[in-house]
Amino acid sequence: MTGYFIRRVLAIVPVMAIVVVCVFLLLRLTPGDPAAILAGDTATAEQLERIRQSLGLADSLPVQFARWLGLLAQGDFGTSLISGSPVTGMIAQRIWPTLNIAILTLILTIAIAVPLGVIAAWRHRTWADYAVMSFSVLGFSVPVFVIGYTFILVFSLELRWLPVQGYVAPTQDFGQFIVRAILPCLALATVFIALIARMTRTSMLEVLGEDFIRTARAKGIKESWVLFRHALRNAAVPILTIIGTGFALLIGGAVVTESVFNIPGIGRLTVDAILARDYPVIQAMTLLTSGIYVLINLLIDLSYAFIDPRIRY
Amino acid sequence: MAAAPKPEAGLQWLLNAITLPRHARLGIGPTIALAVLVLIILSAVFAPLIAPHDPLLMDATQRLKGPSSLHPLGTDSYGRDILSRVITGGRISLVIGVSVAVASIGIGLAIGLVAGFFRRADAIVMRIMDGLMAIPSIMIAIALVALNGPSLWSVMAAIAIPEVPRVVRLVRSVVLSAREEPYVEAAIALGSSMPKILFQHLMPNTLAPLIVQGTYVCASAILTEAILSFLGAGVASEIPTWGNIIAQGRSYFQIKPTLILWPGLMLSLCVLSVNLLGDAARDRLDPRLRKRGE
Repeated sequence: MTGYFIRRVLAIVPVMAIVVVCVFLLLRLTPGDPAAILAGDTATAEQLERIRQSLGLADSLPVQFARWLGLLAQGDFGTSLISGSPVTGMIAQRIWPTLNIAILTLILTIAIAVPLGVIAAWRHRTWADYAVMSFSVLGFSVPVFVIGYTFILVFSLELRWLPVQGYVAPTQDFGQFIVRAILPCLALATVFIALIARMTRTSMLEVLGEDFIRTARAKGIKESWVLFRHALRNAAVPILTIIGTGFALLIGGAVVTESVFNIPGIGRLTVDAILARDYPVIQAMTLLTSGIYVLINLLIDLSYAFIDPRIRY
Repeated sequence: MAAAPKPEAGLQWLLNAITLPRHARLGIGPTIALAVLVLIILSAVFAPLIAPHDPLLMDATQRLKGPSSLHPLGTDSYGRDILSRVITGGRISLVIGVSVAVASIGIGLAIGLVAGFFRRADAIVMRIMDGLMAIPSIMIAIALVALNGPSLWSVMAAIAIPEVPRVVRLVRSVVLSAREEPYVEAAIALGSSMPKILFQHLMPNTLAPLIVQGTYVCASAILTEAILSFLGAGVASEIPTWGNIIAQGRSYFQIKPTLILWPGLMLSLCVLSVNLLGDAARDRLDPRLRKRGE
């Protein structure tokens, strides 16, 4: 078991190494002068020279890479081309709204998607099943900003139940945080719910056909106990896996959602960086989101052993 | 694709799927999806003929007007006709959806065949693919567009590149199991040339799953294009794409929600019908997956 843990943790090293190399090469292999790309069309000769020096473009690629890696190791993701301040600090300032929204979204997603998937599998080939599956296809197809604006239109502008946009930190006023975060979280959760409900249903359908479920029912155990205690626990591993791989959707969705709902998180930071052509910020965000994605999938892999005692490594 | 189909070759499945024998195979859902998609494609192709106005024509006297006989869906903040813009907006989306699907499947197929067949290449190629898959696709796309500028080509490449690893994985897994089949072993034993084994014996197996994957890639590419346009990282904002129209309607959303709702509806309908056709193709072409998806 310990051996597996160590091997699994070590396995992220090559993956992250390739991520880092890819991100590094992205800028260097782009046709044209990287400094000119970074500086934009209006840059002066001195600005170009300054950027060239800060990137050390005169050196060979391996030297550049080693130096860049050294900076990354110290948590230095470069400086913003617009504000001139360190990117690490900019991200640290903006990360909390995103994390709070992401956590609430994840809670909402699991609370909605898993029961939906269980019901769909339990009532296989009934209207409930078809409703869940239709919702799932819809969730995959309607882009998050369309969902977001539709929610704003219905719940904020027409019904006037909730504020249109904005963000309040949960530490400042938890009630206001929930009131403002509920629409963005629901919008962000939709595609995730679609994905997880579908996977839960599939996984449950497989488990519900097993002998031990028939045995449990024959023993006269309450149906809800059979479903959630016996079946869901055995169906949990694929569901967890898809929560991990689906996390990439959440990251992409967060960039859009924060823009729609005016939330001052790192998604918004990314959008501002796109508009200002502030490449160091985009590069840092690419590395950060990849790192988070790899880490989450690592944690999920490690959790299998606790979820499913049959898994022994 | 002149390759003679092997007993279980994908080509045969494809033929079965298209020729529609006795039991009329296309269900009601996919039929509607197909009809909607054909309508969207036709209106996009013939947009210059159908659109009542020039989608770029601004008219300061007609700003943010409601529906009228002149402008059936009203006008935007520059007085441009929304209906014409929404019809024209599908062109970029469809071009990108189809070309990204073709490009990523073509590249992914080539890499996947090699990775699946040559054990030595496999380890290296798959580690690189793992690394690429760890970068959220929207972030690669944003970074690529930020570096290469917002041309149609760079947007296509930016959307296609993150899709490649998924195709490689799929092709590789099919090839890995197919290469153990007796007919492949026989071909190797008989001294068939490597290209012949790869393209004539192994590739037909990948066809059916790739058709299914291709429709999903197409749907996801259309969505990603719209997201990139919406974020300001897509094709130039003067070009009417659904994502650009929505992005430009944002500031006026509170007074005129239809600026976002119409392009949003078209975009969703388009992606939904492609997804439904993908599901139908999967049910038809891949019986092993049928249980999972239905």
